[in-house]
Amino acid sequence: MKFVIKQLPFICLLLLSRLATAQVSVFACEPEWAALAQEIGGKHVSASSATTALQDVHHIQARPSLIAKLRKADLLVCTGAGLESGWLPVLQRRANNPAVQTGAVGYLETTQYVKLLDRPAQLDRAAGDVHAQGNPHIQLDPRNYPPIAKAMAGRLAEIDPQHAGDYEAGLTNFLQRWASAMDGWQVQAQPLQGVQIVVHHNSWRYLAGWLGLQRVGTLEPKPGVPPTSAHLSKLLQQLQEHDAAAIIYSSYQNARAAEWLSQRTGLPVVELPATVGGNAQAEDLFSLFSDILQRLLAVTS
Amino acid sequence: MKKLSLLAVSVWLLALPAVSLADDLAEIRRQIDALQQEYEVRIRALEERLNAAEKEATEARSQAQAAEQAAEVAVAAAPVEQNRSNTFNPAISLILEGSLNSYSQDPDDYALPGFQLGGEAGLPAEGLTLDETELVMSASVDQLFYARSTIGLHDDGDGTEVEIEEAFVDTLALPAGAGLRFGRFYSDIGYLNRVHSHAWDFRDQPLVYRAMLGSQYTDDGVQFSWVAPTDLYLRLGGETFRGARFPGGESTDTLGNIQTLFAKFGGDVGSSHSWQAGLSQMWVNDVDRSSSGHAHGDEDDEAGDSFTGDSNLTIADLVWKWAPNGNPTDRNLILQAEYFYRHEDGKDTFTEGGDSALLDYAGRQQGLYAQLVYQFMPRWRIGARYDWLGSDNDLDIIDAGGLDPNEVLEETVFNSDGHDPSRWSLMADWSPSEFSRIRLQYNHDKSQPVTDNQWTLQYIMSLGAHGAHEF
Repeated sequence: MKFVIKQLPFICLLLLSRLATAQVSVFACEPEWAALAQEIGGKHVSASSATTALQDVHHIQARPSLIAKLRKADLLVCTGAGLESGWLPVLQRRANNPAVQTGAVGYLETTQYVKLLDRPAQLDRAAGDVHAQGNPHIQLDPRNYPPIAKAMAGRLAEIDPQHAGDYEAGLTNFLQRWASAMDGWQVQAQPLQGVQIVVHHNSWRYLAGWLGLQRVGTLEPKPGVPPTSAHLSKLLQQLQEHDAAAIIYSSYQNARAAEWLSQRTGLPVVELPATVGGNAQAEDLFSLFSDILQRLLAVTS
Repeated sequence: MKKLSLLAVSVWLLALPAVSLADDLAEIRRQIDALQQEYEVRIRALEERLNAAEKEATEARSQAQAAEQAAEVAVAAAPVEQNRSNTFNPAISLILEGSLNSYSQDPDDYALPGFQLGGEAGLPAEGLTLDETELVMSASVDQLFYARSTIGLHDDGDGTEVEIEEAFVDTLALPAGAGLRFGRFYSDIGYLNRVHSHAWDFRDQPLVYRAMLGSQYTDDGVQFSWVAPTDLYLRLGGETFRGARFPGGESTDTLGNIQTLFAKFGGDVGSSHSWQAGLSQMWVNDVDRSSSGHAHGDEDDEAGDSFTGDSNLTIADLVWKWAPNGNPTDRNLILQAEYFYRHEDGKDTFTEGGDSALLDYAGRQQGLYAQLVYQFMPRWRIGARYDWLGSDNDLDIIDAGGLDPNEVLEETVFNSDGHDPSRWSLMADWSPSEFSRIRLQYNHDKSQPVTDNQWTLQYIMSLGAHGAHEF
């Protein structure tokens, strides 16, 4: 006890210094937002992702470890548009953390800052796993990042006003590097314009929009419904009349359907990282897009 | 002369304005012409400029359109307003459950020897039945509260019974990891107690739940919980309930007759495994309940037990889930087990044909179940479950009240007659999407000494908003 009293000023100082160096804890639903927060916040931010590139973001479990993590989070960054509706609401309610509830400064939904494509005209579950607000897989168009980065920097500055200047600088730095990287990708991607592809899930919608790729078929008969043999044979027939360049699927999807079709059509199969961490090369947002381009160019040229 | 000159002057004077007027008119006309010409020039110039501007605008517009088409992504500076149908309306879902049941014994004779049944402990009717229709509505009330209500509709043979299974409010803004829930809700004790029937992995609850909680314990009360700011998930909580529902029987205390405490722990092991363990305690004070639940014997046999006293229940639960890389879409496995121990102490009043006997009753009852559910390919799962219950009840007659003491001891529900109920279950289910499920289940049920072979073909359909499922 005596020791504690003697050391009290020191302990207080230690606690204070800990508070002063405390990082903003960012809980991202997907790896791309964790990566973006790290790009902007740098050393002031410790970001982690609830899911990995090897998981289907629509269907993960609301695991206890995630509740524990969200309990301590200062900023929750998710895609929204119904992508995480199968698990995020449970995490938010169970975490007992008012900072990250919907509507709070600490909850950022990235789909609110970009225009969503393929908003369904008709909402009916018979059409598969449709998202009322549009296709939520926005992370595959690099043009979507600047507005989201700006929003994120704003939130970080609001949560941690002490380092607002650093977030502003981090944002400017990121936007500059991103713009020049995008210029490079645009030049590289010229040959991909108009290339026809078959995809596993409509998660490649934004990538196709950016690169001018043309989707001529989807392995899933309906969004979220696993490929069936009837649908695949119909697709096979369609592809015999109509040529395509490649079959694309993500790291978290089962490769069997893509390979089945590849064997029968001779089309190359390309496994692309759907986000950061999707393969060994996609270490951050920059290498994610470089790697996607390289893999696509390798099979189409 | 003077006159003449005057006339001349006046004529001149009179003529002067006329002359000058004519001059003025000519001048004015000239000026107007000039002005007109000038304006025409100006107007022409303006018209030209306007035309040029219009042309520019059209060009700009088409350029903008082209740019927009090329860009395809409109970058919005401020949040884009999006249509959210459930922002102002509560999220509504309707869950339909029905089944086809076959039993080798009469389901009306169902009993668990040694246990006084209550709540929803009985078996669903034989043949084609509509099991339960659940209407769930939920929404954030405002910045401070979230509320949910579950209304269950089921047939009780004579008509449709409406039951408010849940109607509770959660706080959203308490600091320091604290949370408060009040209203009617499923208690957080054990693992399966708060899980709604449409999310069960088997068609029915384990025998321990049937025997000790009347399938599921829901009641009016208040819950306080706290989530620790640790890497390991730790949630501590306590509840106080009215206690008018099974396993309680009567509410005599303002703050309720049933209190609980629970602790949950959980975490991940690598990226493929996750687990949760829990320890719960439930105190039921001044129980006053009679053994007439859904499951009872023939109506004309008026024998029955009424228990008054205290009942304490301890539950330990463990859930272990495996999914390769944490991606359960293709394959996943769930291992789940719970152990219940209950101690009851009080008096039993045994009634038969108008006479009643008073007994001293001390019960030590326990039970467990363990189950494994494996999804071996997308949409298909198989599962196995084992159930066991045992009771060691001490009964002493205080007053036989005109009945044969031996017969009383023989016929009371607390007499298990040395039989420990047990059951094996096997199930296979198919879920075309996350909104529908069709399940076949077989129970080798030894709840009573005679084996009951139970078959069920069941469907579960969720319409509308589909709430997120807990771990």
